[in-house]
Amino acid sequence: MKRSALFISMVLLLVSLVGVTSAQETTIRYFTFSAAPDHLEDLDTIIAAFQEENPGIAIEVETAPFADYFTLLQAGVASGDAPDVFELNYENFVTYAANGTLLDLSAMVSEDAPFYPRALEAFSYDGQQLALPETFSTVLMYYNADLFDAAGIDYPTAEWTWDDATAAAEAIRALGDDTWGLFSPVQFWEFYKKAAQNGECEFLNEEGTESLINSPACVETLEWMVSVMNDGLMPTAAQLSGVSDSELFLSGKLGMIVTGIWMFGAFEEADFAWDVQLEPMINQHAHHFFANGVGVSSSTSNPEAAAAWVEFLTSSEVAATVRVNSSWELPALDKPEYFESYLEQTPPENREAVFQALESPVTPPVIVRQNEMQDGVNALIQRVVDGELTAQEALDMAKEEIDSLLD
Amino acid sequence: MPGLKGWQKWKWVIFFLAPSLVGLLVFIVYPIISSFWLAFQEWNLLTPPEFVGLANFQELLNDQDFWRALGYTLNFIVLYVPAVFILGLFLALFLNQKLRGMVVVRTATFLPVVASWVVVSLIWKWIFNPSFGLVNYGLEVIGIDGPAWLFEPQTALIAMVITSVWKDVGYIALLYIGGLQSISETFYEAARIDGANRWRQLRHITLPLLTPTMFFVAITLLINYFQIFDQVWLMPMRDSAADRQLEVIVTEVVKNAFSYNRMGYASAMSWVLFVLIFIITFVQLRLQNRWVYYEVE
Repeated sequence: MKRSALFISMVLLLVSLVGVTSAQETTIRYFTFSAAPDHLEDLDTIIAAFQEENPGIAIEVETAPFADYFTLLQAGVASGDAPDVFELNYENFVTYAANGTLLDLSAMVSEDAPFYPRALEAFSYDGQQLALPETFSTVLMYYNADLFDAAGIDYPTAEWTWDDATAAAEAIRALGDDTWGLFSPVQFWEFYKKAAQNGECEFLNEEGTESLINSPACVETLEWMVSVMNDGLMPTAAQLSGVSDSELFLSGKLGMIVTGIWMFGAFEEADFAWDVQLEPMINQHAHHFFANGVGVSSSTSNPEAAAAWVEFLTSSEVAATVRVNSSWELPALDKPEYFESYLEQTPPENREAVFQALESPVTPPVIVRQNEMQDGVNALIQRVVDGELTAQEALDMAKEEIDSLLD
Repeated sequence: MPGLKGWQKWKWVIFFLAPSLVGLLVFIVYPIISSFWLAFQEWNLLTPPEFVGLANFQELLNDQDFWRALGYTLNFIVLYVPAVFILGLFLALFLNQKLRGMVVVRTATFLPVVASWVVVSLIWKWIFNPSFGLVNYGLEVIGIDGPAWLFEPQTALIAMVITSVWKDVGYIALLYIGGLQSISETFYEAARIDGANRWRQLRHITLPLLTPTMFFVAITLLINYFQIFDQVWLMPMRDSAADRQLEVIVTEVVKNAFSYNRMGYASAMSWVLFVLIFIITFVQLRLQNRWVYYEVE
C-alpha cells in the first residue's frame, strides 16, 4: 500500500514537471527569419504600435536563422503546430501556396493598400492573395572608385553594357597580380537575371509547364558568363581560397562586384571610396527583385487577428519607417516619402539606383520543386565552368531535368 | 527491491528504465518504423502522405544523383578503410610498448577522436587551403604545386579521407590495444623459449590472436563509413565544384528530406542504405571463419 502510494506520487511528480501553459485571449504566433538577431527590438516597436491599435491581441515572436527556418516551418506544418503567421521568401512561397498551407487574404487587402503592384502580384497564386509583400531587395553593381582612378578610367554609368564593364575590368586587372577586375557569381540566380538582360532567354514557358532553358539565347548567355571567368578577370573559387567575394571587395582588391543592397552596411567600413550603379546591360536592363512576404496559416484559429497583424506588419507607416530607419530591409510599398531618410544616408552616394533598379525587376523562375531545380542547374553550370560540358550540353540536360520536375 | 515479485517488481523496473526507454522508443524505434512506412509514400510534409507503392524504389534505380553518391561513398570506403585499418594497427603496436611517457602519447592520439567534427573541419579547412594552408606550403617547399584540395571533388575526397584517418586512427588503435593486451603473455614466453624472434612472434602469435579485434574493427568501420556524413557536409568550400557535386548517400537523404520536401523518397533511400549495410555485414559474418581465430580455452 505504502509502496503504491510512493509510486503514484512519483509519477505525479513527473507529470507536474511537464508543466501546464495557460492560454491568453488571442495570441498570434509569428515566425520570422528576418528579425533575428539584429532587429528584434525594432520588431518589438512595431508590435507595441500594433497593440495600441488592437488591444487584446498578443503577438508571440518565434525566430530562427534563415538556414534552419524552412526546416522548422515544415516540421511545424507537418505536425499540425504551424505558427499563425509566418514569413516566406518568394522562392519558397509557391511551394507553400500550392500545398494549401496559406489562407486567402484577398478580402483583407484594402484597395488603397500602398504595395508595389509587382510585389503584390508576386505573392498571389491562382487568383488568390496568399501572402502580403513585406520587404524587397535588389542587386546592384558596386565599384571601387579608387581603383577606377588608379587605372585612369571613367566610373560606370547607368548606360553601361557588359562590354564596357569587361573593358574596365581589364584595365583594373592590369594594376596588379592580386587585383581583380570584376566579380559576378556564376550560378542559378545570376543566370536567370543575365538571361533577362539578354532579353530572349526564358527558363520556363508562360504556363510554367515546360522549360526553355536550352534555347539559343540562354546558351549564349551562359557561354558569356563562363567566358568572363575564364578570361581571368574574375577569381575562381579556388583563387579566392575561401575568402568571400565581399571580403575581397572590402580588402580593396576588386574593381567591381555584383551583389545585394544588403551589403551597404558591411561596406561602410571600407577604407576606399565606393559607390553603386545600375548593373550593366547585355541588351537591356534587368535587376533582381527579391521579396519576402508574410502569410497566414490555413490552420489558424484566429484568422481575423492574424490578418490584421499581417497587414499592419507589411503596410503600416510605423512598420515602414522602423524598417527604413534601422536599415532592416526596405518595405515593398510605393510611398516615396517613407524612403526619404534612406536616400539621405551615404555611402553609397547613388542610393537612387536602388529605386531605378525597380524599373526593370526580374523575379526568380519558381516551380513547386524549387530547390531541386536550383541545385540541379547549379551543378550543371559548375560542369560548364570546369570545362566538362559545353553550355549547350549542360542546358539540354537542365531542360530534361526541369521538365521531369514539372510533371 | 528484493522480495518483490511479478508485477510488483516489473512496475519498478519499468519506472526506473522509463527515462531512457521512452527516449529510445520515441526517437529511435518509432522513427525506424515510420520511415519504413514512409518509404512507400509520397510526402512533402505539407499535405498528407500518399501511398505510391514501390515508385520511390523504382525512381532510385534511375536516379543518377543517387548512383553518383553511392560511387563517392564507395570511393571513400576504398581509400579510407584500409588506411585506417593498417595505420591503426601500427599505431597500436607502437603505443602498446611499455615506455616512459606513453600515457601522454596515448592521450594525445585519442584527442582528435573526442573532438567534434565541426572543430576538426574548421582546422583542416585551413590546413588544406590552397593559398595559405600548411599542406600546400609544405608541398611548395619541396617544389610541388599543390592542388585546390577542398574545391574540387576528387581532391576534396582525398583531403577528407586524410582528415578522417587522422581523426579516427586513435579510436581504432585503442580497440587494437584492447585486443593486444588480452593476448596472454604465456604465448610469447613459449615462443621465446622456442627461439622465435620479434617478427615471428608478431606474425604467428599477435596477428592471429588479434583477428577477432580486426573483425570487429572491419565491421564497425564499414557500417560507419557507409553512413559517412559530417565531413562531407562540413568540409567542401562553399560554392565550389566540390560543394556542388560531391555527395554521399546520407547527404542525399538529408537533401531530399529537408531541402526538397521528399520525405518518402528520402526514407526509401535510407532503407536501401540499410539493406546494403546489412548484406555487407552478413557476408563479413559468413566469411569470418576463414580468417578469424578465437582463442580456445
